[in-house]
Amino acid sequence: MKFVFIILGVLLIPLSIAAGLIWVERRLLSVWQDRLGPNRVGPFGLFQVIADTIKLFFKEDWVPPFSDRPVFVMAPGILMITILLTFSVIPFGPGFLVFDSNIGILFFLGNSSLGVYSIVLGGWASNNKYSLIGAMRASAQMLTYEVFMGLSLMGVVMMADSFSFNSIVLAQKHGWFIFPQFVGFIVFFIAGLAETHRLPFDIPEAEGELGAGYHSEYSGMKFGMFFVGEYLGITLISAIMATLFFGGWLGPAFLPPVFWFLFKTMVLICVFILLRASLPRPRYDQLMEFGWKILLPLALLNLLITGAVLIFFK
Amino acid sequence: MTEELNRLFKTDINVVSELNERFGNQVILYNQSTKDDTVTIWIDKNNLIPVLSYLKSEMILPFNLLYDLTAIDERTRKNCNDQPASDFTVVYHLTSFDRNEDIRLKVALNTNNLHIPSATSVWESANWYEREVFDMFGIIFDGHPRLTRILMPKSWDGHPLRKDHYARATEQDPFVLTELMRDTEDTELTFKPEDYGLETSADDSDFMFLNVGPQHPGTHGLLRLVLQLHGEDIVNIIPDIGFHHRGAEKMGERQTWHTFIPYTDRIDYLGGVMNNLAYLLSVEKLAGITVPDRANVIRIMMSELFRISSHLVWLGTFAQDMGQMSPVFYAFNDRERIFDIVGAITGGRMHPSWFRIGGVAHDLPDGWEKLVQNFVDYFPKRLKEFENSIIKNRIFKARTVGIGVYTTAEAIDWGITGSGLRATGYDWDYRKKRPYSGFENFEFDIPLGKNGDCYDRALVRMEEMRQSLRIVQQCINNMPAGEYKSDHPLAIPPRKDKTMVDIETLINHFVGVSWGPVIPAGEAMVPIEAAKGSNGYYLISDGSSQSYRSRIRTPSFPHMQMLPLISKGYTIPDLLAILGAMDFVLADLDR
Repeated sequence: MKFVFIILGVLLIPLSIAAGLIWVERRLLSVWQDRLGPNRVGPFGLFQVIADTIKLFFKEDWVPPFSDRPVFVMAPGILMITILLTFSVIPFGPGFLVFDSNIGILFFLGNSSLGVYSIVLGGWASNNKYSLIGAMRASAQMLTYEVFMGLSLMGVVMMADSFSFNSIVLAQKHGWFIFPQFVGFIVFFIAGLAETHRLPFDIPEAEGELGAGYHSEYSGMKFGMFFVGEYLGITLISAIMATLFFGGWLGPAFLPPVFWFLFKTMVLICVFILLRASLPRPRYDQLMEFGWKILLPLALLNLLITGAVLIFFK
Repeated sequence: MTEELNRLFKTDINVVSELNERFGNQVILYNQSTKDDTVTIWIDKNNLIPVLSYLKSEMILPFNLLYDLTAIDERTRKNCNDQPASDFTVVYHLTSFDRNEDIRLKVALNTNNLHIPSATSVWESANWYEREVFDMFGIIFDGHPRLTRILMPKSWDGHPLRKDHYARATEQDPFVLTELMRDTEDTELTFKPEDYGLETSADDSDFMFLNVGPQHPGTHGLLRLVLQLHGEDIVNIIPDIGFHHRGAEKMGERQTWHTFIPYTDRIDYLGGVMNNLAYLLSVEKLAGITVPDRANVIRIMMSELFRISSHLVWLGTFAQDMGQMSPVFYAFNDRERIFDIVGAITGGRMHPSWFRIGGVAHDLPDGWEKLVQNFVDYFPKRLKEFENSIIKNRIFKARTVGIGVYTTAEAIDWGITGSGLRATGYDWDYRKKRPYSGFENFEFDIPLGKNGDCYDRALVRMEEMRQSLRIVQQCINNMPAGEYKSDHPLAIPPRKDKTMVDIETLINHFVGVSWGPVIPAGEAMVPIEAAKGSNGYYLISDGSSQSYRSRIRTPSFPHMQMLPLISKGYTIPDLLAILGAMDFVLADLDR
């Protein structure tokens, strides 16, 4: 019975955070941009999310006749599945996780690589030039950023001596990994931005250039899945950063561990939103260059030094 | 150096004698006098190309800018007995920066033979202008690379600016769109690369043709750009314009001189009263009206406020094109502050239509100084913020430095004016070089760029906002007392205070209000430095209460024509930077 509750918790908490983020992001952005944002529906506009969801559900479920129908329908699902699956290995609190995999990080990396199929297939199946360009950009961006996304986490893995998220949290009892692994954190954070296609790395959907990029042809709940998928992605990356670098659910005992985990995750999510409010978008070749020429050597250097220091103290 | 040469040449040689010397006395068929004192000469069409190329490149201190190229349907024109017989006259308006002088060349054409050699061999920028003249008048330019309609749909019947073409849809039977017509229109929109002489494949791969627009967030309006792409690299661009064409020039021929003012507001719809100014300066030149000092200073103050507001829209949307989400809100908030001032003074916001022939509509309201002063005190801080968050941002720099580069020579060759020209380092501003409305009494600097890339264009505009603030401050400090509108009988609406005591004023008032003013026959154009470049209204009066021909020369038209040249070899994101830095308005482009 307890197990059912955990599964439901792990499934519903991220989903409600992601849905709530639609409101949070719009309100935060409007505060930073000297305007009001959605404040009409319910107290502080909180029910805006419900209104939006109802609207998306009742829209015509339109599949363009020129698209590749099965792939077109499947693509948004892949995104949701890969992200939601990853949450199963993240500890929300002591014992509050679906399964404590001893290859948790690899499971996450694998899933996030699979996630790109959603975008590439969605863009391809739309049979639209803008979507195609978006999908091509997404795949190039993913190839680049996958490489050092994994590398940037290896420092943490070495220090914790484990791939399991739970063990990594426990290894931070005496100090968060953000301090010794600051470089790793920065690299992972940037890779995470790229992974979730958030500004400044929203190149696959760059609205000023490509309309909506890979999801130009999507509407109704299929678009909704891409939309919520993006917020789920932010939640996931934030949760992973909280777990790997900020001690996960560890925190002062006067509040339950789940609170600390969610609190840290929310703070990191707000950083994502703040970045969106402030930065312009680089060109995709500049993005690639930044990845291969700066971030990759940085991640390797971090790996080298962490290894050397660890061996030295052993 | 050039200034000295300029003075030297001004004293003993003028362009007419130079032309006579070079081509013989027969070349100038007629030397027309105009109200704006621009040298206006008629030549034969067989001499056209040699004369143009002589003026452009062979003479000392050449006329190197093709400022405008247009035509006049002369068939129903009255009060022009002394000029050569002509059914259609093609007009070439050239500017020499070195001489600070303009010349207008006119070529008479007969209805039986509407052929004239194309000037594209001399100026490539003549391309679109000639297409427009062909579109509007049906004049055929021999040797033009691709003479097709540009503003009107391909299926349009007739040439709109001909005098026998209707001006209102109500002069026709009700419009019915049949299925056949719809299908034809649809097929015509299909892009066929062969029509443009474009290759469909390179050695190793096929090109992709991508329609950007007419509905696209990056085009800021209804503009279609067909991109020939190799991967994401732009091989060529075919701009397709005219979606925003509203026939402003045709309307100019049916509105009275006074009632056309609101239409001008909507040409560069971000420039507000600055459009009024360009139009009214030409009307006032025709009518011989001198504007009182107070009206001039009010006009300058409002125009400069609108320059800031126009630049703010540019800044916000440019940043948004670069993917930066927030600045557009900050910029529009500040623009709202300007509109508060504009609203308090004029009662309008974007399109106040507030200038009048001979002055402005009202005097300034009580307390205007405080309103304007508040803004002048507030804004420099915000400019600093904009500079820190946008201009100095490293990603922004990476996106704009070295993108869309053109040299001064190219800019002049393509008819670029305004900030786009100054960003190449060329010092030319109509407010300084040909001061109008009393700009000579103001202290301000002309910011210049160096490299002529998107980044320099942004820098120049940022600094222009500062300089405009300086001008506004001087307006507050030195606002002259006196009348806000001229007492001239043609100033409209006429002042009423004397009408009940003086029969002459009463008659003028009656005529001015019932018919609209009757402007004496003549031709005039006064180019001004508008927010986006040089704007000018070439107005022809044949002595009636309406304009005979209102040619509107707008900066966005030549600027957009240059787009393919400056975007080739860059990528799609760069195209957005180039478009954003160009600062065009579709209404200004299509009119």
